[in-house]
Amino acid sequence: MGRYVLRRLLQLVPVFIGTTFLIYFMVWALPGDPLAGKCGDQACPPAFIERMRVEYGLDQPILVQYFSYLGGLLQGDFGQNFRGQDVGTLIANTYPVTIKLAVVALLIQAVIGLTAGVLTGLRPGGFLDNVVLTATLFLVAVPVFVTGYVLQAVLGLRLGLIPPTVPANPGFLDLIVPGYVLGSLSLAYVARLTRTSIAENSRADYVRTATAKGLSRNRVVGVHLTRNSAIPVITFLGADFGSLMGGAIVTEGIFNIRGIGGLIFESIQRLDGVVVTGVVVLLVMVYLLANLLVDVTYALLDPRIRLD
Amino acid sequence: MTDPTTVTSDKPVASPAAAEAAVTRSRSLGADAWYDLRRRPLFIVAATLIGALLVLAAFPQLFTSVDPTVGDLSRARQGPSAEAWFGYDNLGRDVFARTIYGTRVSIVVGVLATTFVVLLGAVMGLIAGFVGGWLDSLLARIADVFFGVPFVLGAIVVLSTFRQSVGQSVIGISGLVIGTIGLLSWPVTMRIMRSAAIAARSQDYVKAARALGAGPWRIIVRHMLPNTIAPVMVYATIALGAFIGAEATLSFLGVGLRDPVVSWGVMISEAQSYLRTSPHLLLFPGGFLVVTVLAFVLLGDAVRDAFDPKGRS
Repeated sequence: MGRYVLRRLLQLVPVFIGTTFLIYFMVWALPGDPLAGKCGDQACPPAFIERMRVEYGLDQPILVQYFSYLGGLLQGDFGQNFRGQDVGTLIANTYPVTIKLAVVALLIQAVIGLTAGVLTGLRPGGFLDNVVLTATLFLVAVPVFVTGYVLQAVLGLRLGLIPPTVPANPGFLDLIVPGYVLGSLSLAYVARLTRTSIAENSRADYVRTATAKGLSRNRVVGVHLTRNSAIPVITFLGADFGSLMGGAIVTEGIFNIRGIGGLIFESIQRLDGVVVTGVVVLLVMVYLLANLLVDVTYALLDPRIRLD
Repeated sequence: MTDPTTVTSDKPVASPAAAEAAVTRSRSLGADAWYDLRRRPLFIVAATLIGALLVLAAFPQLFTSVDPTVGDLSRARQGPSAEAWFGYDNLGRDVFARTIYGTRVSIVVGVLATTFVVLLGAVMGLIAGFVGGWLDSLLARIADVFFGVPFVLGAIVVLSTFRQSVGQSVIGISGLVIGTIGLLSWPVTMRIMRSAAIAARSQDYVKAARALGAGPWRIIVRHMLPNTIAPVMVYATIALGAFIGAEATLSFLGVGLRDPVVSWGVMISEAQSYLRTSPHLLLFPGGFLVVTVLAFVLLGDAVRDAFDPKGRS
């Protein structure tokens, strides 16, 4: 187990370097001059440009710039953007909201998806099964931004049930509708995955044994069947957490949430490469570590699986 | 399954006539899947929808004689009427004509992005799985790099970087979007293909082919490819729908397709500012988008069930 985790962590190193270099190089190749327009209406004096270029290392070759950035990153320093703001602080200001949104989305997925999956998996082919199957098809087919706009227009503007945009420091309740929008696609997958898993496992020997022992139906389903069937679902949810944060940009835009997606979008338009690289690198690391954690958890939850 | 012919074929063969029927029924996996597919109502519905959309995409001028790019500001944002079934957009362009013409771009982007992903991913996956060793590790790490980058964020960075270098031509703008979607999605097909190739490599038929003196190229193309392509094709069908949705999402964010190109995503992106007063601007392209993605998801579901013998009981 320890060896496995160590090997996976070592495999992360080339991926980390590859990703950071890729993103850094692309942002560096963005057309336009990041120092343009820094002095208002007039053109900047050459002396100022010269000093700024030296200060931000723009006079160095791209590889030198990249390695000095990487060196800072390894010491936990995300660097400064061209307005002199500390990127670490920018991330610290916006990241918590995105995490909160992703957690709400994950909870909604888990609760609705698992319930729908268990109910339909126990009676495949029934009326409820068909309803849920159709519903998941539509959830998969409707793009997130259409769901977002329709819910915002209907619930927020027509019916006035929710505020159409989310306040500056949102609590968990404010984020329920955006969280649903963000998680709607994965919600469908969770429901289908649970349904398949339950339907498969309900024919398993241990379920028959539990029933034969005289356990009540609730206990067989609740304790024996659901717990075992939830293993693939939990791993799906874990892996999804990372992609939810990366995909939150659309939802954040619609509901005006000041999260990490908006930060990236603004930074690209301002050619603030340091911010873009920092945030993408952070998200990639979170994604990779979440996947590693999921694989380890899988082995802990299901002792039949051995990691080596 | 309630199909009576399948039920009889599962039973022990009793009469010579039945034995003969069983012999004629032995088919390849592809033929078997096709036989199964033709009997599924969902597949027929999805295939009909996709067929209709393909006709729309190929011959848009059969369905509307209005030029989708001509605007008349005096009729801006008028609702649906007898002259314009879907109303007019902010610049007074006919939404019906734009929706019909948008089908072509949306479908072409979806199909080409899927082709790109399948070709690149399948080649890399086959090579990685067949050769193994350090090349496999190297390719797997490269795939990890692209796999870890969140799709929307990665796409925004790539599209912004090359936005100016493709200029204003329709082909350039669409090509960039296709390339971006493909670049960020090929690791999925590569992983599917790689695991299928690793499983196939140690099979007897590959060893037999090698023993007969077949070279690596011949083994890969003639023996392994036909046996490993099925899971990739199943993924490709579902991905096609997802890529059409992805194009719309990127265009909606303002980094994907843009104005000289007519696509559903561009229309939805233009509609967002007028949502409260003219919901028809979102409704019609959004509806077409949803139906198209739905059709491909349904098709993918049916194809996956047909190719998965375990699903049949």
